[in-house]
This record gives sequence, C-alpha cells and structure tokens, in this order.
Amino acid sequence: MLLSITNTGPDASELGYLLHKNPANVNTTPLAFGEASVFYPDTPENECTAVLLIEVDPIALVRSKGARQAGWALGQYVNDRPFVASSFLSTAISRVYGTALNGTCQKRPELVDKELDLTTRIPALPAPGGQQQLERIFAPLGYDIACQSAELDPNFPDWGESPYRDVTLRRKTTLQSLLQHLFVLIPILDRQKHYWVGDEEIEKLLAKGKDWLQDHPERDWIVTRYLKFQRGLTREALARLAPESEIEEEETTEPTGEKKISLHSIRLDRVTELVKSLTPASVLDLGCGEGKLLYRLLKKTSIPQITGMDVDSRSLEIAQERLITRPRGKYDKRLTLIQGSLIYRDIRLSGHNVATLVEVIEHLDSPRLDALSRVVFECARPQHIIITTPNIEHNILFDGMKPGQLRHRDHRFEWTRAEFQEWSHKVAETHGYQVTFEPLGEEDPTHGAPSQLAHFSR
Amino acid sequence: MKLHFPELSLILLIGPSGSGKSSFAKKHFLPTEVISSDVCRGLVSDDENNQLVSGEAFALLEYLISTRLKLGRLTVVDATNVDPAFRKQLITIARQHHCLPAAIVFKTPAGICHSHNAQRPDRDFGPHVVRRQISIMRRGLKGLKREGFRKIHTLNSVDEIDAIEGITRDPLWNNKQEIEGPLDIIGDVHGCYDELVTLLSKLDYQIEGNIARHSERTLVFVGDLIDRGPDSPKVLRLVMESVTAGTAYCVPGNHDAKLLRHLNGKKVTLAHGLDLTVDQLEKDPIDQRDLCDFLHSLVSHLVFDGGRLVVAHAGIKEEMIGRGSGAIREMCLYGDTTGEKDEYGFPVRLDWSADYRGSALVVYGHTPVGVPRWLNRTVNIDTGCVFGGELSALRYPENETVSTPALQTYAESPKPFKVDPNGLSPQQHLDTLLDLDDVIGRKIVDTRYLHNLSIREENASAALEVMSRFAIDPRWLIYLPPTMSPCATSRKEDWLERPEEAFAYFASEGQSNVICEEKHMGSRANIVIVKDQETARTRFGINDGTLGAIYSRTGRAFFKDPKLCEAILDRLRSALDKNNFWEEQETNWACLDCEIMPWSAKAQDLLTRQYAPVGSAGELYTNAANDLIAKANHPDIEALSDRITSQQKNVQDFRAAYRPYCWDTPGIDDYKIAPFHLLATEGQVHTDKTHTWHMDFNSQLTKTDPALFQPTRSKLVDLNDPVSTGDATRWWEELTGNGGEGMVVKPTHFLVKGERAPIQPAVKCRGKEYLRIIYGPDYLEERHLKQLKNRGLKKKQSLALREFSLGLEALHRFVERAPLRKVHECVFSVLALESEPIDPRL
Repeated sequence: MLLSITNTGPDASELGYLLHKNPANVNTTPLAFGEASVFYPDTPENECTAVLLIEVDPIALVRSKGARQAGWALGQYVNDRPFVASSFLSTAISRVYGTALNGTCQKRPELVDKELDLTTRIPALPAPGGQQQLERIFAPLGYDIACQSAELDPNFPDWGESPYRDVTLRRKTTLQSLLQHLFVLIPILDRQKHYWVGDEEIEKLLAKGKDWLQDHPERDWIVTRYLKFQRGLTREALARLAPESEIEEEETTEPTGEKKISLHSIRLDRVTELVKSLTPASVLDLGCGEGKLLYRLLKKTSIPQITGMDVDSRSLEIAQERLITRPRGKYDKRLTLIQGSLIYRDIRLSGHNVATLVEVIEHLDSPRLDALSRVVFECARPQHIIITTPNIEHNILFDGMKPGQLRHRDHRFEWTRAEFQEWSHKVAETHGYQVTFEPLGEEDPTHGAPSQLAHFSR
Repeated sequence: MKLHFPELSLILLIGPSGSGKSSFAKKHFLPTEVISSDVCRGLVSDDENNQLVSGEAFALLEYLISTRLKLGRLTVVDATNVDPAFRKQLITIARQHHCLPAAIVFKTPAGICHSHNAQRPDRDFGPHVVRRQISIMRRGLKGLKREGFRKIHTLNSVDEIDAIEGITRDPLWNNKQEIEGPLDIIGDVHGCYDELVTLLSKLDYQIEGNIARHSERTLVFVGDLIDRGPDSPKVLRLVMESVTAGTAYCVPGNHDAKLLRHLNGKKVTLAHGLDLTVDQLEKDPIDQRDLCDFLHSLVSHLVFDGGRLVVAHAGIKEEMIGRGSGAIREMCLYGDTTGEKDEYGFPVRLDWSADYRGSALVVYGHTPVGVPRWLNRTVNIDTGCVFGGELSALRYPENETVSTPALQTYAESPKPFKVDPNGLSPQQHLDTLLDLDDVIGRKIVDTRYLHNLSIREENASAALEVMSRFAIDPRWLIYLPPTMSPCATSRKEDWLERPEEAFAYFASEGQSNVICEEKHMGSRANIVIVKDQETARTRFGINDGTLGAIYSRTGRAFFKDPKLCEAILDRLRSALDKNNFWEEQETNWACLDCEIMPWSAKAQDLLTRQYAPVGSAGELYTNAANDLIAKANHPDIEALSDRITSQQKNVQDFRAAYRPYCWDTPGIDDYKIAPFHLLATEGQVHTDKTHTWHMDFNSQLTKTDPALFQPTRSKLVDLNDPVSTGDATRWWEELTGNGGEGMVVKPTHFLVKGERAPIQPAVKCRGKEYLRIIYGPDYLEERHLKQLKNRGLKKKQSLALREFSLGLEALHRFVERAPLRKVHECVFSVLALESEPIDPRL
C-alpha cells in the first residue's frame, strides 16, 4: 500500500524535517507484517513529496498468530491487503512517522504547529461509496477531495465499478493533524476486519481523534465502525462452510439507517404488546437472533418463562452476553437460550403458550416452509403463534431500492399482503388454527404498511 | 449349591455390617458388577466410613445402578439394604429399566458380625449399630415379596454362605437369541384358518396332522390367533401343536390374553369377536387345560438371532427389548396408548415405531394396515385378513413379505385401513421432517469403510446452521462429495504442485496403474435425477412435482432459479432416455457427480467481491508505485523498483488466470456440465466399477448432447513405465499451459484398499498459473514460495478419507432403503467435517 504526502510552498522541503526522514536516502523500517520504505521522488522546485510504501507479506500475515485468532486465516488468501490502504497503514504511520504523528520535531520544533499546504494521495483506498462517502468523512475536516474510479475488471464491464478509488486530499493544515486524521479514518473506510484490533488498540485510535472527532457530524458512525469486530469460533467454522461468501456480517449500516431502526422497534414493540396481552406462562421466540425481542419481553412483561431459539450460535452468544451475563442474574431465571432449527422436529419446543417468529420466515427458501410450518404448528403447537414478515408492496416507497431488490441480502422472498394471507390461511386450516392479520408500521393507502403480522390461535 | 438369578437382575445384598456381603460379592461376581455404598462414600469423600456424605454417596450409587441397568448389565448392590424405604428406591430404579429385583438375605449371627467388624480398624462403631441393623432387617423380611422382589435367597449361617458354589444366570424366557432362523413370521390370523393354510403352502410348509413343518424354516406367530374369524379353534390347534412340536413360536396378542382371562373365570365382556370364538370352541372343543397352559406359556415378546430380530404383538420400545416387566407385557399386548379414545372409539395409540431408533428389526401386528408397514426398523404385518384384507408373512432374514388375500370379509373394520396408492409410505411421511436429536451434539457415525467416525459438537452446530438456512430438502440430499487433497509439494524449485508427486504417492501405496482426469474449473455439483413423478414419490417421498435436484457441495440449490434447474434436468433426462440408460441400469433414478462451468456462474459473488477487487487494487497500487519510483533518482531504490515491477506483472497474470473461467450465461447452453462419476442407481452404488467405466458414461452423454455436456479428457498411466508417466506429465503441462486448472489422479478402481491404511481415492495436481487464484498473485516469488512449500497434508488427507467414507455410506444407506435420518446422518456429518479448520487452499 502507498501513501504519498506533498508539501507545496516555498519551504516545501520542511516536510523532510517534520517526517524525520532524510530525503537523500531510501529509508526502510521493518514491520510485523512486512517492510516500509520512505523515499522522495523528484518534484518541481516548490514541491516536496514523501512516499511511504509498505510491502505487505500476505503469507506471513495469514500464518501469524494474531491473524488466526482474529479469524483472518479464512480463505482470504487472495486478498487486497498488500495493495489497499487499511489499518496496516495506520500502524505504519505510527511506526514510521511516529514523531510527526505525536507532534514532535527535535531539529525544527517550530514547524510542528505550522500550517502547510498538504496534498495526500492514496492510490487504492476502499471507498465503495465513492466521492459522496469521502465527502461525508473528509469534508467536515476541511479537505478538498478528488477521487478517480476504475472498472472492477475492464474485460467484464458488467461487473461494475471497483470499490477502490485513487484519492487525493488537499488542505492547509499541520502535518500532525493530517496524520491523525488519516490514522483514524483510513481503517474505518476499510470493510475488512482490523486483524489486530483489541480493546486497547481502539482506545489508542480514539485518543488520536480526541481533538476533532468530538465535533465530527459522523462521529457515532465512525466510532461504531471500530466496535464491529470479534467473531466467535463457530462463526469462523461457518465462514469456512460458505466459500460463496454469502454468510457474512451484515452489510454496513450507513449513517442514514435511522428509518430502518425505527421500523424494527415498532415491530418489536407491537409484538411485545400483543404477547403481553395474551398473558402466557411461557413464550418461545423462534429465530431470536441477538435477543432484541427477548429483552423487551423480559423488561416489559412478567412472563415467567421465556425461551429464545436461534440456529446461529454466534447470535446466541451475543444474546447470552446481553441478557444473562451482563445483567448478572436479573433475567436468568426467566430466560432460556437454545440453539435449534426451524426445519427439524424438536421436542423442546412443545409445551409453550405463545411462539413468535419476527422477520424469520423470509430467511428460509420457500420450499422449506412446509417443514417450518410443521415444526411450529404441529410439533411446538402453542396456543398462539405470531409471525411477521416484510410487505413487498411497500418496497416501492423506500428510497434507493432497485426494482425487484429485496430488503436484505439473505431474504429468499418477500411477500405481498395477499401472498402472506394465502399462505397463512392454508397453514391455519391444515393445523386447526384461526388467523387474523394486522399491518405493522405506517400504512400507505395503496402499498400498505412496511411489515405485516399474522396472529394464529387455537 | 448354586443360586439362580435371571440374567438381568438387580440383586440387593441385605444384611448388617460385618455379615459377609462384600466377601460374598467378591467371590461370586465381577468386581465391576458390585456397587458398594462404602466405595461410593470413599469416591466422594476419600473416607469409606464417612456417614456425613451419605446423601451424596447414595446419589452416586443410584446413578451407577441406573446407568448399568440402562445398558443391560446385571448389578449387585453391596449396602446393608436393611431399610425398606431405601429398598423401595432401588426397586423403582429396577422397574424403570425393566429389570427384575432380587435379594440375598444374610442372616449371619450378630456375634460373627461383631468379630468381623472388630478385625477392621476403620469400623470402630459399637455393637449397638449391628444390633439395630439386625432388628430393622428382621422386621422387614416378611414384606420382601410384597415389596416386589421376584427372587429371594436367604442364607441363615456362615456355613450356608460358604456352601454357595456359584451363581447361575438364567436366560429370560424371551431370549431365543440362539435361534438364527430362517423364520417366517405370520401376522394376525384371527381365526382365518383357510387363509392360513394357503399362506403356509405358499411358504412351502407341509401340514401333517395339526403340525406345520418345513425342512429348514420355523414359524413365528405375532399373536391374535383368534376372534372375529370363521375358525379360531382350528387355528389354535395348529399353532399349539406346532409350538409343542418345535416347528413354531408364538407371542400372545391381546385377544389371546383375553380368552385366557375368560377361561380362568375372570369377568370378561364377550365382544369384539370373542363371543364368536367361545361359540366355536363349544362346537369344536379343545382341552381347556391344554389351552390354558398354552396361552399361559406365551411370553410377551421373543428375541431371535443374536438380538437382531424381535417379535411382539403390538410392538415394543427399544429399551424394553429382552427384558421382563409388567409394563413390557402391557406394551407388547396393547401398544403404547394415551388412555384417550379416538373418533372410532379406539384407544389413541402413540406411534412408538416413529420414535424407534433400535438396530433390531421389530416385527409386530395388532393394528391393521393396508400393506406391510415399514417404519424405521419395524414392520407391521397385520394386513387385516379378517377385515377382508390379506394375511401376510415376513420371511426373515430375506425381509420379503408374502401375502394371501382374504376369502371374504369376516368382519367390518371399524376404522379404514386400506392405503392411498398415491400417498407417501409411512416411512416417507415420517421422513418429511427429521429430528433435531439425530443431528446435534457429539456424534459417532459408523461407516462400512471407516469405523466410528466422530463428529464434534461445534462442527455439528455449524452444520446445523448451514443445513437449516441454505440446504435443499434433505430428501433429495442423499450425498455430499468429499474434499480432495492435493499431491505432495513439488521438489522442483519453481513449482508448488507437479504430477511427479501424485504418481509417486500412488506408487508408494502399491498401485501400478492410475487414471489422470482433466480437472475442470467450474463449481462442484451433484445431480439427483428421477425418471418420472412416480419415482420421485415412491423412491424419494417427494410429491411436489420436482423431478430431481442440482446442488452444491454444501447442499444448497446450485441454481437460484428453479426453472433453470428444471430445464437442465430435462436435458439430462432426455440424454439418458436416448442412451437407454433407465433400461440398461435397471433404474428410475441416478445420482451424479459433476463439475458445472463457468466458475463465474456460481462464484460471481466471490469474483466481484474478492478476486476482481484484488486485481483492481493491485493494478491501482502497482501502477502508482511504479510511477513514483521511476521519478525517484536514487541508486538504493533499484531493488524496490524490481520488486514492484514484478508485482505489477503478477497482478496482470493473476487477472489472466481467472478470466478464462468467466463468461456470461444468458441461456442454458452457456453452461457446461462435465459429469465424472455415476455414483448410484437403484440397488447399486457404483464404487465397484473402474473410473474408465465412469468416464464412458460421461462420454455417452457428451456425444448425445454436446451443447450442454462437456467431455473430460483422461489418460491411463502405467506407473512402472517412465514413458507413460513422462507422457502424462507432458499432457498435464500442456493442459495447464493452456489455462486448464489441472488434473485429478485416481487409482483405476474407485475403491482401493492400501497395504496399510486406506489410500486417497484421488489427489489433485493443479497448474502453475491456476494456483495464483488460490495462493495469490505473488505466490511464485521466491520468498513466498519458500514459505508456501512448507505445507502439511496429513489433516487434509484424513479429512478427505473420512468425508469420502461418509458420502458413500450415505449412498449405500439410501440404496438399501434405510430411513432418511440414517442417510441424513452421513450427509450432515460430511457438512460438519467440512467446517473443521483446515487450510482451504489445499
């Protein structure tokens, strides 16, 4: 990967002092993941450019202990790490340009606070959101941004644009604050996990941002990006099973995810209210995920027995952490978490009063719904079953959704209201249940509510 | 003198401390058969006399007893056992496991107990303790029988104790394990004598007097000999005399048991055909004493052939087999009922056979069914003769049924029992949903190639998620392919893999001939195809109109669009039709192993999210770096410049390496399918064929439909002939030089046993340029290759063998018509093993 910094002005060569790297030499520094070189290409009179070039050793990376622990050794052997600006670049900045980053310059201390006309070029920066995304992040800090895009593969124009941009940032600023900005912001643009991130590292990073991150309009998003890391061992095992890379962490929630969050809350609140009104002794949340509905049920109702089931053991670990480990005994008498599946007969599911499946069925291939309905309606057979699913008719009202596109990568289908009702009636009839429907979320006169709920009872 | 006990008993030694129980137990039983309360005290507290831990010690004692009885092991309890309340707990445990409780009472005189205790320094309690124990024991002795002990031996003195020479373990009455057969098991006769005679003659029995005889075979009746039918006395006479003559066995049915109660003078309603039988017996009497003795002698169930076959009238649960208790008799006579009645006024029956997981075949009757009803390892052969159905027999060990139709309807069945000819079989119906318990947790799977393969819990958990979220219907998923190991790392400097090592591997395993098959660069796919809807229903239990499946190596639908899948299956079916495949193979279905091209069709995501971005990033970076380096006028920069220049070239070569495997697929003919194994057809798993045979099958398809089916080039190699191996090596070099992925080297036969351990069924040998896709653009750089050459294959090879065994086992089980869960167990295990952490580049 590569970072070049150009100082423009009559005293352009001051850059060399600040960086503490002699322009007359090729300076090399060994790093844990390769080797860094700093050199100065020839430039016009009033310019000085320092190039930091890092040769990453991908094999050493894959085989390193840290990589294994962080789940990096998972088949990403053909990877972009050697080429693109990532958290490795931050590490290199702190190792190679450490004095400048910390605001020291022994020979010319007066230069530290001097504002310079600095142009930074990063030839391969992961920025799938393009100019717009870069503007959101760098413009609030005063940078002029230029970025050039390329095709993913010129032989296959259909494949679309490359996620990498050749980016140039320009601003009058001190070298220290430029390096601090890059140090913090480059890793967050990178969609990959930061293989080295531990709690201390996060703190270190945030310390570099303390002067300016506070007032950055995207502060919350920048901070959350740092906290999306650790994956359990099972998760890794799963990733090994899915070479087609379809089991992945969810797509990054971009800064404008607010609408989505509120819809999900509406859904969960309504289901909670409905379950509460049924005053059950025992509730099953099938496909409980990380436990958002469970949390509401625990907090807002006094239902004595609540069971959360999911097939994803990583989600269950998170639910366990949130609802049992951290609240220390607050809920553990009422809550049971189990790993299970909606397509295998499971004796543990019988004997409950209410079962909920909130936004679950659309994650199953439709031919497997017969198995699901037998497990839920025939084996579990609670008095009440509450199922919610998106209403595809409503999608047309969402911004930025292409025609035919579903709301989530993993959705196998989304139903119209008529389709959902037809299926529900058939299932209810087969298994001896009554069913009623209600819209979830703000209802549009033509396209209906964003989500729909069916309440089965017997 | 010897003491007799049933072979599976819970024997309580009852007697005060010092009465000689432990010495007796030591002398007459295996040390592991004796569970001692003192030892349990010691195990939990390091002190065998610690009375403060009695609660914990007895909990352990009960656990040990319960576990042993569950596993069918005779168990002796060495404790004082003088307290009736404590004995009651132990009897409850014995009952739970259908074992007979027995007791040996030690009436050793108090004085001797004291002197025994005095010799042991750790027993420093006073004589009052023993006195109290003796008095409690005496008070309880009379009640032992009432408490439920079926066998009680009392030893009144030291002499009597010493006089016991040993313990004889009597087999239970149901134990006919030494009878191997062959047997013919006859369903519920219900007085249908004429049909019985017809059936027996179909089975080649001669009837001499009232005795049915066959020169080699023996009869077994599942009970319900009488009631409703026209001639119960004749049936009774034939069965009684045959049993007495030793040509037949019989278990009792509920009707037979009811007759016995009637004959014994108990108050019984004469209904459900018993009225008829009583009338018939009046006209055609049988000696009442003989009849009572016969009916009384019938044992709830019989276990034959080393435990492989069980016959019980209404069925039996796995944990009851070979044991004796009141609960077992109830189950065997009446089945598993809830106590409720159904709409026809019949007891609501729980389907014990749906939950049956035993390996013994259970043959039963009791509930009429339209055709013999196979479910798990059970078969109901009551085909309702008396209701106008058929009288059926099961030939064992052939497992074929033979039936004869009823001559008339003697009684109306209160409940319809004929089957819908277009419905699913009971097994298929049950198998529409599999049980979670059969897949999760740690599992041991036995295959016919490798024994006792263990599946770890976390791997099963990962497989559960993939199976649940992504896999196709398990009824189509009868196989998953194994992973394949590469050949050993090349010794040549600039290479990672070369044919020499592949040849050397098989030569070192004693093979002299191998076949090299071109390895297509697409995506692995398995195809299950049926000839018609009828086959989909009868053979796969699929009733939704689909006529096969194409799925990936992780069990998910290969094509997102079901119509495309259907269209490809149609093309394959018509190619098979044209080759007379169905007739030649005598099958209506097939399972194929294939590669489907282009790679980009399935790996589009991988390409656009990983491979192409790497190429694009690599180009952006190396171009920029080279420009900047070129401007740096410094002698020290040359080495860096060289490195970046070659990196630039590597990135270009990397892009060139994946590009040939990518093309658009607007139409069906843009796909290319290369089948390389015909894995299985009806009755056969084709692992007994050579790979040449499999390749011939493939070339038939490519000749019939060359637009869709792609030929696979192959070459036979004589490993002892350097010309032949040299030829093959050049062939490989040419193949890979032209953008081919590489080749797979296999022994000429599908299944080969090595001289020591089993050998790899195939190893792959991949091309130099292709490996850039796997190991990254720069992998051939000396500094990288040096590290990469250090790779271990042991784990990968072991995994490949385990998965290979499991995959083939799944097919064998499917071909043998095992319940789906037995097939699924293997398929699920392949998926679980695939989640083991192994370098995915291998």
